[in-house]
Amino acid sequence: MSDILLEMRHITKEFSGVKALDDVNLVVKRGEIHALCGENGAGKSTLMNVLSGVYPFGDYSGEIIYKGEECQFRDIRDSERKGIVIIHQELALSPYMSIAENVFLGNEVTSQKGVIDWDKTQAKAIEILQKVGLENESVDILVSELGVGKQQLVEIAKALAKKVELLILDEPTASLNDEDSKKLLGIMLSLKEQGITCIMISHKLNEISYVADSITVIRDGHTIETLDKSMDEISEDRIIKGMVGRELTNRYPARESHIGDVIFEVKHWNVFHPEDPHRQVVRDVSFSVRQGEVVGFAGLMGAGRTELAMSIFGRAYGSKISGEIYKNGKQLHLHSVKDAIDNGIAYVSEDRKNLGLISINDIKWNMTLASMDRDRFSNKNVINANEEILAAEEYRRKINIKCMSIEQPVSSLSGGNQQKVVLAKWMMSEPEVLLMDEPTRGIDVGAKYEIYSIINDLAGAGKAIVVISSEMPELLGICDRVYVINEGEIAGELQKEELSQELIMKKIMAHIGREKD
Amino acid sequence: METKAVIKNRTGVQINLKQYGMMIALVVIFVIFTMLSLGKNASAMNINNLVMQNSYVVILAVGMLLCIITGNVDLSVGSVVAFTGAACAIFVLDYGMPIFPAFLLILVGGLIVGMWQGVFIAKLHVPPFIVTLANMLIFRGLTMSILKGQTKGPLPDAYTQVGAGYLPTFYIHFGNSKLDLVAVLAGIIGSLLIIYGEFRGIANKKKYNFQTPPLWQTTVKLVIIVAILNFFTLKLAAYNGLPFVLTIMLALILIYTFICSKMVVGRQIYAVGGNAKAAKLSGIKTDKVMFWVYANMGMLCALAGIVLSARNASATPKAGDGFELDAIASCYIGGASAYGGTGTIIGSVVGALIMGVLNNGMSLIGWSVDMQKVVKGLVLLGAVTVDLISKQKNK
Repeated sequence: MSDILLEMRHITKEFSGVKALDDVNLVVKRGEIHALCGENGAGKSTLMNVLSGVYPFGDYSGEIIYKGEECQFRDIRDSERKGIVIIHQELALSPYMSIAENVFLGNEVTSQKGVIDWDKTQAKAIEILQKVGLENESVDILVSELGVGKQQLVEIAKALAKKVELLILDEPTASLNDEDSKKLLGIMLSLKEQGITCIMISHKLNEISYVADSITVIRDGHTIETLDKSMDEISEDRIIKGMVGRELTNRYPARESHIGDVIFEVKHWNVFHPEDPHRQVVRDVSFSVRQGEVVGFAGLMGAGRTELAMSIFGRAYGSKISGEIYKNGKQLHLHSVKDAIDNGIAYVSEDRKNLGLISINDIKWNMTLASMDRDRFSNKNVINANEEILAAEEYRRKINIKCMSIEQPVSSLSGGNQQKVVLAKWMMSEPEVLLMDEPTRGIDVGAKYEIYSIINDLAGAGKAIVVISSEMPELLGICDRVYVINEGEIAGELQKEELSQELIMKKIMAHIGREKD
Repeated sequence: METKAVIKNRTGVQINLKQYGMMIALVVIFVIFTMLSLGKNASAMNINNLVMQNSYVVILAVGMLLCIITGNVDLSVGSVVAFTGAACAIFVLDYGMPIFPAFLLILVGGLIVGMWQGVFIAKLHVPPFIVTLANMLIFRGLTMSILKGQTKGPLPDAYTQVGAGYLPTFYIHFGNSKLDLVAVLAGIIGSLLIIYGEFRGIANKKKYNFQTPPLWQTTVKLVIIVAILNFFTLKLAAYNGLPFVLTIMLALILIYTFICSKMVVGRQIYAVGGNAKAAKLSGIKTDKVMFWVYANMGMLCALAGIVLSARNASATPKAGDGFELDAIASCYIGGASAYGGTGTIIGSVVGALIMGVLNNGMSLIGWSVDMQKVVKGLVLLGAVTVDLISKQKNK
């Protein structure tokens, strides 16, 4: 049994009487990539926090056996000393320090006691950066100048500097585009060759089946099963079945399209970067959406889709904006977000934590935020708190938000339920046009299904919907028509019948190629 | 998991333990000092002094709370109080301006001072800490310069009425003591209004089929509030009647509580403090909110400046020194978060009263001013620490 690196036995962890983990067992073999799957709130992150000492020994019951000995970690430093390093979803880098400084943060290379040896630091940093594929970056540049993908790699470099043996990655690719994700997965495989064991938490099933050697599925605080690549057949459907406890025969709910006339149209839209007025972010974009139609915006990350949507939404982004917007044939002049909302346009942000929600406020306040001045909720600026409660309760039931009360702060909800609160906010503003930016980012399969159902219902009610998504299967699954966007321009338009991932990629590639000519 | 501090049911009734906690603390501190000072603390004269001494802190705390909800502070408050008080005294004494036009002019002046700061904060996006720090220096300097370093006074009686005067009285005498019927009546009418308001709220909830709190809870709450209110008005009745500043304070508390809890603009201030970017993308004009929060603070500074100069019957270059810190401390003690997004008017007022009762009580039992500062500092530190720890535990 020497090839077992880590065994967690009968782990139970309670939060004020609620069992987040209930008799969970996890066995990780030396040198493997082990994926942890489960819906949001299933207990994956809690389990990893127990392992890394975030919840100290005594705070949970059960035992952790690492390298054959029982461990009782009191804090993260304890577990790091043993070579267990966790990289959280939110990166823990100091943006205004250089790469080298970050790599050795809290673990500085010192010559004498407390004096940092900068030359040695540099030399060691360069050495480590090679292992994570960052050999082309100077170790002196600031972390804030790197993209998220590269920052993630710096995090891994930081873990390597700590002589990591067991690396835990919590949704490492959640905020990365396909290209960066692929690169990161490649690095994980090469680390595996160097003998580093990895535990990765992920929602992205295709990535899991690509890199993982074994998979443990957790549901509602219980271990459901562990699948081994060499013995079991691992397919996405198989994992989903374990995660949700039922077979999701169709990941995208069916919808009958009843498409009407064009109700929303944007013509010759141009947007420049807000800080750099010479950089054009959106270039001569024209598109239209019909009543009851779901239109997708496909493209690589940084293609300018978010910028396009936000600039339409009352100039919430950009400078030197030009172009025309028509709704029901009438030209709109939107100078502020309020103008946009008043004209029946809603924008669901991709960044629900920073741009979508006020996390310290409760569910009902968040829901009514964009429609407080409507007659329903206020009269001459005086809020009708009772109507507010009624409306919030109504939406809670309607879109099935799982919470104890609508007066619960939204920070206490899972990602999927938070997203539903954001959707409720925009549904309450009674828009005719909804621009949805990555509406299912970072939420689990079950919640995704529910969000798609909401989108279907909205389309069924005759709204015009734009969905921006970096997950191509999602666009294929829910859209009637897709615009392919690249470098701020429309690179193509695809009808439902001809939609395929290959064709979308081809359009992007063709557009990139065309630019080079 | 669910936070304990906010126990609630479907009704929308939030029982904020923290806020009641501070009210209980206020009563406990008051009782302790009553015992230490052998009852001097609760004498009619001292109750009256408490109101008079703390009126301007309460006025400033109300405005400061709005700044703090947005996640910022206003450091210029003390200097602006001094400046507006000095300007008002100069208008009345040197230019012979009639009193009420002078007051009005100063209030508008205060608003303009606030707008001046608002332009830098909201339009030019200079951090409020820096803008108000700069204006703290600017207006202190201007105050000294327009007063030429000297005290301006004495101010006419009609002026000092605002800070040191009383509402008309109607005394009844029995034996050695007298009682002002107006104050007694105000207490009774106030009690009736509170009871009416409470039951109307409940009736409204029933109309919507919401659950309402059990009757005993409402009764206990009302009995306590009515008892405190009437204790207070009876004490004032036994002295000189209702101080004029009390009406100003009450009006401000009512108006601003209404704005914060019932009006769309109030909700917008909380939203900006909670997450400015999300608020902006929900159609709230965040710059406009910031601008008016600081403009409002300027106007309330002017009001406090008038009240302070009236109470002192003069304007001095050193007036209002450190008021900004008292106002900020009141808000924090009253449960506002230093990160913005939370806080209540009533909490800040309770915070101001806690500071006031401490000051007054320690003076009565003969503690030196030095020790008073130490104790006040410890109370601020303690209140905020307890608040943070209880929040962390509930997470």
